[in-house]
Amino acid sequence: MATKSKPKSSASEYADADINKSLSAEDKIEFLRKMLRIRRFEQESLKNYQVTNKSGGSNIGGFLHVYIGQESIAVGTISLCGENDHVITAYRDHGHALTVGMNMNECMAELFGKATGCSKGKGGSMHYFAPDKNYWGGHGIVAGQTPLGAGLAYGLKYKGLKGCCLCYLGDGAINQGAYHEALNLAELWDLPVIYIIENNGYSMGTSQERSSAHSEKGLAARAEAYGMEWDVINGEDIYEIRAKTQIAVKRAHEECRPTILEIKTYRWEGHSIADANKEKYRTKEEIQKFKDEHDPVQVWKKAMLEEGVITEDDFKQINKEAGEEAKAASKFADESPFPEVSSIQDDIYWEVDNNTEAGRTGRHFFHD
Amino acid sequence: MPRKITYRKALNEGLDEELANDDNVVIIGEEVAEYNGAYKVTEGLWDKWGDKRVVDAPISEAGFIGMGIGASMLGVRPVMELMFFSFAYVAFDQMMNNAATCRYMSGGLINVPIVVRGPANGGTNVGATHSHTPENIFANMPGLKVVSPSTAYDAKGLIKSAIRDNDPVYFMESTVLYGQEWEVPENDEIEGGELLIPLGSADIKKEGTDISLIAHGRAVITALEAAEILSAEHGINAEVVDLRSIRPLDEQTILESVKKTNRAVYIEENKPFCGVGAQIASMIQEKVFDYLDAPVLRISSMDSPAIYSPPLEKAQIPDAALIVKKALSIC
Repeated sequence: MATKSKPKSSASEYADADINKSLSAEDKIEFLRKMLRIRRFEQESLKNYQVTNKSGGSNIGGFLHVYIGQESIAVGTISLCGENDHVITAYRDHGHALTVGMNMNECMAELFGKATGCSKGKGGSMHYFAPDKNYWGGHGIVAGQTPLGAGLAYGLKYKGLKGCCLCYLGDGAINQGAYHEALNLAELWDLPVIYIIENNGYSMGTSQERSSAHSEKGLAARAEAYGMEWDVINGEDIYEIRAKTQIAVKRAHEECRPTILEIKTYRWEGHSIADANKEKYRTKEEIQKFKDEHDPVQVWKKAMLEEGVITEDDFKQINKEAGEEAKAASKFADESPFPEVSSIQDDIYWEVDNNTEAGRTGRHFFHD
Repeated sequence: MPRKITYRKALNEGLDEELANDDNVVIIGEEVAEYNGAYKVTEGLWDKWGDKRVVDAPISEAGFIGMGIGASMLGVRPVMELMFFSFAYVAFDQMMNNAATCRYMSGGLINVPIVVRGPANGGTNVGATHSHTPENIFANMPGLKVVSPSTAYDAKGLIKSAIRDNDPVYFMESTVLYGQEWEVPENDEIEGGELLIPLGSADIKKEGTDISLIAHGRAVITALEAAEILSAEHGINAEVVDLRSIRPLDEQTILESVKKTNRAVYIEENKPFCGVGAQIASMIQEKVFDYLDAPVLRISSMDSPAIYSPPLEKAQIPDAALIVKKALSIC
């Protein structure tokens, strides 16, 4: 490395991959900003989940599955998306949503159940959608989104569009039947879908070792049973994520073929914030080790400092801005109105919402 | 002389016309293409339209129905065949969670223009696993539409409307009816040039004055037989009301009929507990109570899983004699 004129990150052997060499300093700073925005958004959402507000309750109901520790995956993979590339994921969906370009206000307001939320308060934390940004959710049932991902790829192929679908799932989803049915269809019908297993080691409180039978080659290697390509990626390294995911994207675009990627990562918090056992099924020391040594934000920051792309002050500034944006999102959400009770029966039938003849024919709702 | 075609052929014509009408319509299902359909509903369509528009799926209902839902979000309009609607249960998560709720949970940003169609009936001695009638189960879920045609005419007009609908429609047919013939006009005999029946419009299959026999699916045909007997042997002029679609529901036609006849019996091949008849009976007593001269009765399949033994299965499903007996009890 000493022979190179420009200082390179010592962290990654993938920094010189073509897809990474073409990155500008601004691009790289943007990755940092995106990761920090996810982190600060989720830290802010955590506060709102745990706070006791004026009404004596929390600002956020239900479950809150946070992505802290996994941010590099959404940021690295989605950075490869073009006009006809689509994204769908499971319930740990805030990171993907912010990365595709949803704003913090609409996302925070959705957590608060407000009318200004991205789904008008109808979806909540697990169900963010932004079809205008090629983002198809946010799905609550483990692996339920995996056939949908195949379907988005089918739709692209049917319409003759050169694109792909990045379909994310957790390591706990890989034993669901729907996933295997989707894999079979994806390979059988040459669908441009990339299944990205975000392996954070635990399906809720059950470790991967206790839940999934697989060969030494890992979780993605099950692809071999379907004759499908696969790879394993170190999730703390954005350069590696981009270099290896790009191969799958190219395969999808050029050959219309699927891939399974296993990206190794770690979630710092519990399965959800309601997970009372987050330090019982794993040790405090294990969690601390990942925070200290494998934090994707710190890994990328270090690489950027080494490359001379940013200074410590730049990092502080970006982090501060992300924090301020998250705080402002809380304020926006807090000050937003709740949806009207009369809106409960909107957004159920397209034909009714659009007041078409079909929507006006017959009774659609049976609540008087 | 108006032409007569089978229920199967009527569906086939409807599918064929919609394949021609919209390039985004694609038929997907087990054995629908090269095999020409397990029940021959899709016969000839693969020959005519080819691999892209008529697609053989592996036995993988959760997979291909979920895939169809995903594709529909991008504007493809999949019409997916379940060889038996009983097989919906292995795709239940896709059909209940993803098809029914993606629109809602996205605050109206998404719609899912799919049709899932196939036979949902007992009476063919194939045992409990292949004889489910889940119209009440799916109609319970807001976001879904459930259609159950009783004649070839309705089957053609309703399948075409279902495919054009921008919401998920579960279209429940009957293998017992597939081979039966009804009058279905040629397109050039129809004003507008094609047969379209809106979802949410019931049909008076036989006008009458003394009692309303209200039904959906094949039970309509049984109710018509019973009406003949009531007329011929008992001098009772029964009206037969066919829901055609269960959700959306044509409440008005049902209520007008009951207001006229003052007596109502609901007939279905479904199970009784929380069946479609329960919903209709509740609605009638609530809305036209003062017009009723007798309690609203419900007739359903006997409350057990579908039995295999052929003569016993016949006894399990309501027949005309049972309808006559029940009708006489309130006339």
